[in-house]
Amino acid sequence: MAERSFAKEVQKLRLGDGEEFSGEGILAITKALLECGVGYVGGYQGAPISHLMDVLADAQDILGELGVHFEASASEATATAMLAASVHYPIRGAATFKSTVGTNVASDALANLASGGVTGGALIIVGEDYGEGSSIMQERSHAFAMKSQVWLLDPRPDLPTIVKTVRNGFELSEASNTPVMMQVRIRCCHVHGSFETRDNVRPSMTVADALDKPLRDTNRIVLPPASFLHEHEKIKARWPAAVDYIRKNKVNEFFGAKSGKIGIVMQGGMYNGVIRALQRLGLADIYGETEVPMYVLNAVYPLVDEEFLDFARDKDAVLVVEEGQPNYIEQAFGAMLYRSGATVKLAGKDYLPMAGEYTGQVMLDSIGNFIRDFAGDMLPDTVRAPNVEAPVIDVPNLAANVPGRPPGFCVGCPERPIFAATKLVEEELGQHHIASDIGCHLFSIMPPFELGATTMGYGLGPASASAFNAPDAKRRSISFVGDGGFWHNGLTSSIGNAVFNQNDGVIVIVDNFYSSATGGQDILSSRADNKTKSTKHPITAAVKGMGATWVRQVDRTYDVGKMQATLKEALTTKEKGPKVIVASSECMLNRQRREKPIVAKAIADGKRAVKPRFGVDEDVCTGDHACMRLSGCPSLSVKTLDDPLRDDPVAAIDQNCVGCGNCGEVAEAAVLCPSFYRADTIHNPTGAEKFADRMRRRAIGWLQSRRAEKRLNFAEV
Amino acid sequence: MNAPLSPPAPSPKDTAAEDRIISIATLAVGGQGGGVLTNWIIDVAERNGFRAQSTSVAGVAQRTGATIYYVEMCPDRGRQPVFSLSPAQGDVDVLIAAELMEAGRAILRGFVTPDRTTLIASDHRIAAVSEKIVPGDGRADGAEVKSAALKAARNFVCFDMEKMAVEAGSVISSSLFGALAGSGVLPFPRESFEATIEASGRGAKASLRAFGLAYDKAAADRAALAAGGEPPILKPVAAPVRGPKPAPTGDAGQLGQWQALVQRAEALPEPVCEMAMAGLRKTVDYQDAAYGGEYLDRLDAALKIDTGERRDFSIAAAKYIANAMCYDDIVRVADLKTRASRLARVRTEVGAGEATVLQVTEYFHPRIEEVCASLPAGLGGWIEARPGLARWLDGFINKGRRIRTDSLRGFLMLWVVAGMRPRRRGMLRHGAEMAHLDAWYALAAARVESDYALAVEILRCRRLIKGYSDTHARGLSKYDRVLGALPMIEGRADAADWLRRLREAALKDEKGVELDGALKTIASFALPETASA
Repeated sequence: MAERSFAKEVQKLRLGDGEEFSGEGILAITKALLECGVGYVGGYQGAPISHLMDVLADAQDILGELGVHFEASASEATATAMLAASVHYPIRGAATFKSTVGTNVASDALANLASGGVTGGALIIVGEDYGEGSSIMQERSHAFAMKSQVWLLDPRPDLPTIVKTVRNGFELSEASNTPVMMQVRIRCCHVHGSFETRDNVRPSMTVADALDKPLRDTNRIVLPPASFLHEHEKIKARWPAAVDYIRKNKVNEFFGAKSGKIGIVMQGGMYNGVIRALQRLGLADIYGETEVPMYVLNAVYPLVDEEFLDFARDKDAVLVVEEGQPNYIEQAFGAMLYRSGATVKLAGKDYLPMAGEYTGQVMLDSIGNFIRDFAGDMLPDTVRAPNVEAPVIDVPNLAANVPGRPPGFCVGCPERPIFAATKLVEEELGQHHIASDIGCHLFSIMPPFELGATTMGYGLGPASASAFNAPDAKRRSISFVGDGGFWHNGLTSSIGNAVFNQNDGVIVIVDNFYSSATGGQDILSSRADNKTKSTKHPITAAVKGMGATWVRQVDRTYDVGKMQATLKEALTTKEKGPKVIVASSECMLNRQRREKPIVAKAIADGKRAVKPRFGVDEDVCTGDHACMRLSGCPSLSVKTLDDPLRDDPVAAIDQNCVGCGNCGEVAEAAVLCPSFYRADTIHNPTGAEKFADRMRRRAIGWLQSRRAEKRLNFAEV
Repeated sequence: MNAPLSPPAPSPKDTAAEDRIISIATLAVGGQGGGVLTNWIIDVAERNGFRAQSTSVAGVAQRTGATIYYVEMCPDRGRQPVFSLSPAQGDVDVLIAAELMEAGRAILRGFVTPDRTTLIASDHRIAAVSEKIVPGDGRADGAEVKSAALKAARNFVCFDMEKMAVEAGSVISSSLFGALAGSGVLPFPRESFEATIEASGRGAKASLRAFGLAYDKAAADRAALAAGGEPPILKPVAAPVRGPKPAPTGDAGQLGQWQALVQRAEALPEPVCEMAMAGLRKTVDYQDAAYGGEYLDRLDAALKIDTGERRDFSIAAAKYIANAMCYDDIVRVADLKTRASRLARVRTEVGAGEATVLQVTEYFHPRIEEVCASLPAGLGGWIEARPGLARWLDGFINKGRRIRTDSLRGFLMLWVVAGMRPRRRGMLRHGAEMAHLDAWYALAAARVESDYALAVEILRCRRLIKGYSDTHARGLSKYDRVLGALPMIEGRADAADWLRRLREAALKDEKGVELDGALKTIASFALPETASA
């Protein structure tokens, strides 16, 4: 079960001709797929595209009615390989994943798919995780499109254009026998808007039909001599066909004045940002009406030479707004202009920064400078030569004051005690080389744990420690991999590799029952019942199946003492080969979402229920904060006491505490202090419980008052 | 839509002059409900005939980190405006910060500008991890953010919206929404905001309460400002009135002694008195009335050498002698955990009513050290002098123990330990602590004449000693290292300043890296001199 449910929203997918759809970008893309008669969809979750997978998973009934096959693929490579169904059969298929990380994984399948080409439309929707909010290396998907010669669409970020581009994508793919990628940026995926819907279309051929009438064509398979022919076919047939489609169907758009001294060319995704800059320069209204000629590339690869050269003709200068680097588009335009003998000034990364996100300020400064240099007379006087200098705001610099707030483990996260235990083991045995992986557990690299030296890719944590296998070393490496990464490719690339190469390191598999960082989707080892997926496959069985012999299962990661002991044993045992610890406890975010309503209902129904919470005795706490250096839990914080004798704030636990136990376990394992207590509220206790409680409290009360009589008692303030 | 063939709009430039896009950015900490607030803003805009667009960054960025939600809106004239997808510097009309440092971050990022931004910020703190893990007080300075906000924002609406929401039984999104409405920055009537909340269903009643409280406060602040008052945030917060604390109850004999002690304390010079009263309560509460008498005796000695008008030495002595006398031992912990008042506090904290059945588990991890410390000095010392025996005994003692203080058995265990209090003066630990106290005080007292400020700073170094077991040992070692620098700095005009710096460095991190650095700095200018001498 995913973190966010779209059960209600997916009903919008049933809207028909002429109705208005209003919702998130992601949902609009799903609706567009159905309107285009897609036959099958697969993908791998990951922001910003996770919700697309969640929407599809929640929409399985609707997909089923239409005969559309949906799969939560094992990896991006799997999802892309799935598009092989469109090679011989005229079935439209779509795959989706996060890019560029997903595209990296997919590129083997992508290259093979692109070589042989497709018959049915094959659309890959990539969530371009670039700029603010991104969690990955900053690269461009553009390079993949170029190297495999698949076409890349980059729609303007409004719903009607996105929906139209999905349709263009399928048609372009079929017209040119080439897979097509459509990239949507982070905020575009989560933009709210509306568009006019069409009826959903049943695929003209379903995967079932194809299975009944199998086809094959040796010429479509990547093996010589066909593979040599594919390369020529790409250039001689598919490329011109693609350019032809893009031009005829006006995939790219022209806005603003028909002619002018200057012009701006941009990726579709940059359009709104460019318009905002023009608005602020006084050159556009809020509807985007402008005197500046604009050429918007909803198709960024391939480029249409004629369109661009026409646009640039008679202009003094053209600015290319192309986010990310290298500046492939600008380079291509430069070559086109040079070959055509044009004299127009081509501007791009000389006005705009080479690297980094094109934020509002970047756009405003760069476009402003460009226009000032080449068409200053267009600018309103107030912008070109303001009478008053922009006021200098004397705001104190808060850089030193405002603390950074990177993402971290949630309240009650079961991964926290794993790293608390690791930190304690390191205090005892010294620092180790620790290899991290992709997933929530990568937060271990931040304070308070600061554990982990590298991250090399999903499921590659242990693989990235494989060089550290020296027989004469005194310490072993420790590597982490999450359950998501483990099933994605860690089982073979990391575990299999370690077994085969007799790696002596320690591997910790962080098993929290979901692919949690991406939004809590089910995976093979999930404990949940899933109507359409096969779950409950233990990680230990898979690891042992790979040949690992030293395998330990820790069933409650909050048991810091056990976690600590298991890690210590793994680091010191004489046994050779990889030492694998599977540390399992359910992702607290998902657990709370699952359990909270159940407990609330039980309490309301008068059934007995226990609600745990932790607290701190503020008069016992001395304000050293050692507990926080082993936690970082958002609900464990500091507060100032109204006591002139105290210098430092003490620990305090807020209402959000879910009673996971980490505080108490850590205090116990690290011998910190006795300030923590756990308070379990028993809702709807049994009669016997109530009676025993009354008796106990009476006895305790008597003891308390007996002592109080013999001393001085100060009221708490 | 801005399709190339769409009919030309009625003179676009005019509409542009008439209609402006209003941009609203919300900076929140992941998990604060920024999404709910964003949906409400969209809803209220659409209710009022506006077109609106929202964007957010979902995913890992939302896991407890700083996160941004963004809304743009403008009156609906039948055409789709081109909205931007993310906030830009100098282009934000309303900035909502769901936490004070997030307001600081917004200012830092240039989202708050005096020409147009209304900054609505909740005046409460959620400490970041980096602030919490400091052994001393690592919290950032909120006052600086507020003074920057007054300069950077066109309007600054700031009060504790978190507290307001909790008091109303709701969450902060409701009070933020109320402050947004009350600030008057959006051209929508109050009723439409309330209709939005009502339509959102679950918890609407509590949300409306929080909304109303925040609305009224924001509106009142606005009115006050319009009437020419200074920004309400500048008004000094009235210090909590500390009335005379209630007298203790209990043993009649000791009550009489207490009265006498209070009279002694109240007779002390005014600046020392308050601290002395706090210290007196603490020491009596810790042990008994006689202990309070010992405390005042020590304080008298300090006052005697505190010459002239100066009282810093006595104030520091009043504070730190009390803390030193009330060292943390297992008797103290057992005592605190078995009091009726403590149980009542736990019940309040977890929100359990008087009738609710509550199970309370305490986490202990005793070691032989703590046990020896609580034995009669002779016996405890005898065991400690035999490491083999101590280790052997430790094998039985040293482990995590969870004690249920709601059960009679568990309570009795702690009750018995707490009952050892009258014998505390004879325990091994007491002797050690008093010797340490005497040495520390003597170290300071000896310098009152020669370097008054340094003497005060020496007293203040007591702050370094805190915690239990390893933490306590670490504190002691930091204390020793800081005061170990005395020979290097003594005699210098800025000796006190250096000692203060050393102490502050020691409180910066767990391992004492900053302290080492500071000590090296001192050694660099102090040692060569001695070497060449």
